[in-house]
Amino acid sequence: MSHIEIIRSGVLTTCQDAGRPGWAHLAVPPSGAADRPSWRLANQLAGNATGACALETTLTGCTVRAHRNVTVVVGGAPCAVTVDGRPESWGQPVKLAAGSVLDAGPAEVGVRSYLAFSGGLHPKASLGSHSTCLLSGLGPAPVEDGDMIPLGPSPAHPPLPTQWPAPWAGVSDELVMKLHLGPRLDWFASDAVNELAKGVWTVSEHSNRIGLRLEGPALRHRHPGKELPSEGIVAGSLQVPASGQPILFGADHPTTGGYPVIGVVGAVALAAAAQARPGTRIRFAPIPMPHWDEAL
Amino acid sequence: MTVPQTRPSGRLKPLPSGPRGVLIDCGTGETARACYRALQARRVNGSLEATDLVPGATTVLVDGVEEPELLAAEIPGWVLTDDTEHTGGTIEIPVCYDGPDLEAVAELWGVAPEAVGDIHASVRYEAAFCGFVPGFAYLEGLPERYHTPRHETPRTSVPAGSVAVGGPYTGVYPRSSPGGWQLIATMTNPGRLWNEHREPAALLVPGTRVRFVKVDI
Repeated sequence: MSHIEIIRSGVLTTCQDAGRPGWAHLAVPPSGAADRPSWRLANQLAGNATGACALETTLTGCTVRAHRNVTVVVGGAPCAVTVDGRPESWGQPVKLAAGSVLDAGPAEVGVRSYLAFSGGLHPKASLGSHSTCLLSGLGPAPVEDGDMIPLGPSPAHPPLPTQWPAPWAGVSDELVMKLHLGPRLDWFASDAVNELAKGVWTVSEHSNRIGLRLEGPALRHRHPGKELPSEGIVAGSLQVPASGQPILFGADHPTTGGYPVIGVVGAVALAAAAQARPGTRIRFAPIPMPHWDEAL
Repeated sequence: MTVPQTRPSGRLKPLPSGPRGVLIDCGTGETARACYRALQARRVNGSLEATDLVPGATTVLVDGVEEPELLAAEIPGWVLTDDTEHTGGTIEIPVCYDGPDLEAVAELWGVAPEAVGDIHASVRYEAAFCGFVPGFAYLEGLPERYHTPRHETPRTSVPAGSVAVGGPYTGVYPRSSPGGWQLIATMTNPGRLWNEHREPAALLVPGTRVRFVKVDI
């Protein structure tokens, strides 16, 4: 056991593991890494067991000092990596000697880079998870300069001598997401599906781990002013408040909501959304809603 | 002993909530409670695998299911037995009726301010569902004539332990947060509501019976 020390926390760096699914009935958001595939891969390359806690940066990267020899993998959003000022590889295991300083620079594309350390990070846990939740405040607070975060014991298996298995696709200026229509499609005006299929939205700068706020054509409610009794919502839900400007809910989403959800994106689209910068254009490919009740 | 009642099952309507979710629209809060208990029982006996069961006001969300269409096909055929006899205990919450909106609520209810606490404490509540912040439960039970509108502009900060009424519900704020409900009382020890080192972390889980006990501080 030893620690990593935060030298530069960047605008927002949080600790993230697999989160705390299974507690939504107590109003506990799922949390966990926003871009699951990148987080998982970074951990794998660092030789960690599934689910280890890593640092998740936001746009500006972060800088850390190791207080023991540790292997680090910087994955997710591509960025310049240096150790004590010397260039090092992104997306590959980097050996960091005790006392050395690793800098993960600003994201070149995308939003969130992951710093996975062999042994994983062990900050304060809440309900079995080390993940920071921005909505509920559970888990450790976002990291600050000077924080010392405990490292777990180094894994028995050495880091894989491999490169990032595939070039990181990153995100383009425009994302097209499959949107599974429902559950509350019938709360929307009859032209809503058409609007969804042809509309283009942009990611607002008021977006975070809780959700992406989208700006574009308004999705109109069928009965403006009618209130939906609070109901459970899943990650990836596209919720539409009275303004008609949708919110795509991410990892730290509220567990229940009182505005109708017009459709839900799957895990792949949600990971891409986590790397979508403000200004990214979003389009939807609506998948028809199965009419389960009518078949019976 | 109450004879279990069978409810018409046609009221359970499964709606898709993404590739791994089913939102069961139950029509009423009462049916949603029965549906939640049925889902919990199925999960315990191994006939349902799901990550989360999330009750809402009149719905239950089943999230993290591999083949939602199979669950959806089953749901309309379910017969919910309503075990109205409650076997568990009741959580008592000692409160002092001293909230800043006590007089406004008295006026809305058409009673004297001193009577608000007597009315509120006489009701037997059930935690219908949780939401808003961890440990906050929407408590159901107020007769319709005591349903209360929310503030048009929510307070930016409501102290922890504030007991409030809003719409058909009452609830206790587990921590300081913004809030739009009418504040009528204060819980003496709000730290009980949420303790992540306790199992369960929330004092008021869905299905918990609750009684408010009037105390003077």
